[in-house]
Amino acid sequence: MPVILATDLIIFFLVGAVLYFVIASRKVGTLKSVRRELGKNRLALVCMVFLAFYVLVALLDSVRYRDAVIDDDGASAVSEDGGVIYSPEALSLLDRALSGMRTRTEKTYSAPFATHSYAKESMEGADGTIVRDYPPLKYPRAHWLGTDRVGNDVLFTALKGVRTGVVIGAGTTIVIIPFAIFFGVVAGFYGGVIDDIVQYIYTTLSSIPGVLLIVAFMLLFGSSGYQGGLISEVHVIWRAFVLNDRLFWLCVILGITSWTDLCRLIRGETLKLRELEYVQASRAFGIGRLSIIYRHIVPNVMHLVLITFVLQFSGLVLAEAILSYIGIGVGPEMGSWGNMINTARLELSREPVVWWNLLAAFAAMFALVLPANIFGDAVRDALDPRLRYR
Amino acid sequence: MLTYIIRRILYAIPIVIGVNLLTAVLFFYVNTPDDMARKILGEKNVTAAQVDNWKRDHGYNLPVFFNTPEEGTAKLTETIFFKKSLPLLWFDFGRSDRNNIDIGGEIKTRMWPSLAISLPMFTLGLVLDLFIAMMLAYYRGTYLDLWGVVLAVVMMSVSTLFYIIGGQFLLGKVLKLFPISGFDTGIDSVKFLVLPVVIGVLSSLGIGVRFYRTVFLEEINKDYIRTARAKGLGEGAVLFKHALKNAMIPILTNVVVSIPFLFYGSLIMERFFAIPGLGNFTIDAIQAQDFAIVRSMVYLGSILYIVGLILTDISYTLVDPRVRFE
Repeated sequence: MPVILATDLIIFFLVGAVLYFVIASRKVGTLKSVRRELGKNRLALVCMVFLAFYVLVALLDSVRYRDAVIDDDGASAVSEDGGVIYSPEALSLLDRALSGMRTRTEKTYSAPFATHSYAKESMEGADGTIVRDYPPLKYPRAHWLGTDRVGNDVLFTALKGVRTGVVIGAGTTIVIIPFAIFFGVVAGFYGGVIDDIVQYIYTTLSSIPGVLLIVAFMLLFGSSGYQGGLISEVHVIWRAFVLNDRLFWLCVILGITSWTDLCRLIRGETLKLRELEYVQASRAFGIGRLSIIYRHIVPNVMHLVLITFVLQFSGLVLAEAILSYIGIGVGPEMGSWGNMINTARLELSREPVVWWNLLAAFAAMFALVLPANIFGDAVRDALDPRLRYR
Repeated sequence: MLTYIIRRILYAIPIVIGVNLLTAVLFFYVNTPDDMARKILGEKNVTAAQVDNWKRDHGYNLPVFFNTPEEGTAKLTETIFFKKSLPLLWFDFGRSDRNNIDIGGEIKTRMWPSLAISLPMFTLGLVLDLFIAMMLAYYRGTYLDLWGVVLAVVMMSVSTLFYIIGGQFLLGKVLKLFPISGFDTGIDSVKFLVLPVVIGVLSSLGIGVRFYRTVFLEEINKDYIRTARAKGLGEGAVLFKHALKNAMIPILTNVVVSIPFLFYGSLIMERFFAIPGLGNFTIDAIQAQDFAIVRSMVYLGSILYIVGLILTDISYTLVDPRVRFE
């Protein structure tokens, strides 16, 4: 039985949009030139490979289904009304592919590639005496990045954080794009009172400090949603869909606090566009306002949307870690680098130092954010050289 | 000039009122006083009588916007909005929900530790950002510039959390240069402040240097710089005298808005370094779900931002005579 979270849809949309751009860039003229520019930039291509890897992991982690519960006699369990009972655990393709990593847990910390545990324990020797020594691990040399305090594989935890990072980085902008385009274009095109109202709305919203608005919203809305881990029937609607997803609300809320920049940019661009000759010409031909907006304005602000999308990505990934650290980000059951840092923040003061947890979270984030930064700059330069100095 | 400032402040009034209304709707309608009472009294085993008692003790037992049974103006004044939200306009923050402390007084005392860490962080950071950015612009196109930009991009790709954790580990624990966290008053506070200030400056250096470098490069490509060079000025004089002056507008746009926020402190830094400032106060309130404090801080933050915007506009007129008071 498949389970689709609201945030899974974001990942599907992201993958779909990327595929669309790849295919369309072979035909559409403007995208062709972007493709050529990016093709010349070898660094950007390397970054693209990194980003593609992350998106792929996120995609694998977003396709999930629940297995039927198997009875003792081997047949699947059936409830009283004849329906098949499904396990509450919705494992993703990533979970299933790496089930070795997921299930082979140790008792507690162990260093990368270690054969023995991190802490000494009292054990019964072969001759019956009690010795204090490092106990051997259940799965020696199996944990490439060691294990954390409760014995989970660190590499697996870091990989589970990928989906959260990508969802926040991409989803936030995806959620706000329709609103930003609508309000920005309407304000810029119609002007007058509508413009004043839209400007008033975004000035008011942007004057509230972002972090605190997020905090307030998360305190008010975030507590009831699906937080990761087991799926409870309360959250499932239409048998397979989970709308009340805490991570999704986090995207929406981050979106509310960050849409003003995009809206302002689009409004400014629309103000410029509506005075251009071809828009005046279409007006003179008697074409309606709505079709002018649809045919001439919106396609010409789309580059701003794309630029904002790639430029905001890295900042949002970093913001997620901080929010999860304060305790208002994603739920503790959902893998996230912020949660990893939060649980590991005191480990450097242990003796001997437990460094692999923090290093894994650091490397996983860095390998996403740095390519995203470089790639974002490359896309901006390719799409709109005038914006290079912003 | 004075009329300009007054008009600018008048423009801000609808925004302040909007923020006030928004926080009221958010904190009283979406999250009703009943919800608040239950969260504070504990989610389980709360009787309706306990909730009513709590609401009465804390003044939440009134309607939010409109009190129909009352007479005359009391219809409007005997409401939560009038008693709790409107006084924010004259900075009467009221008392907290959980410990009944005076929020206004708390803000006044906690503002100074916040300022003690954010003011040196801000000034030092700004000077370093500008200095390094000008160096890179001066040596533009060389390997120094190239590697400087690469380093800046790398530095801005690291989460603040790692700067703090790594800095505390390296400078505090391994090298034992500074105490890892804590705060003191008077001259003793210096030894506690060095570490957070250094880390704070480092963590924002990447973004700052890259931004100001592009600002300077944009100026350097303009005609008046070519003129200055053509009349025989040295590159240093061109950069510091001509380019810096003209780059003031983008610099001020970026800088002045954050000056009022220096009082506000930083959530993460103050938490990690156990500094008893406003940021720490806010996080405590978040974790205790004390909505009166969170509401006050949201409102205070908005006011500081609006003040920052006004200051920015005024500062434009000071550095650039072309900006008129219209």
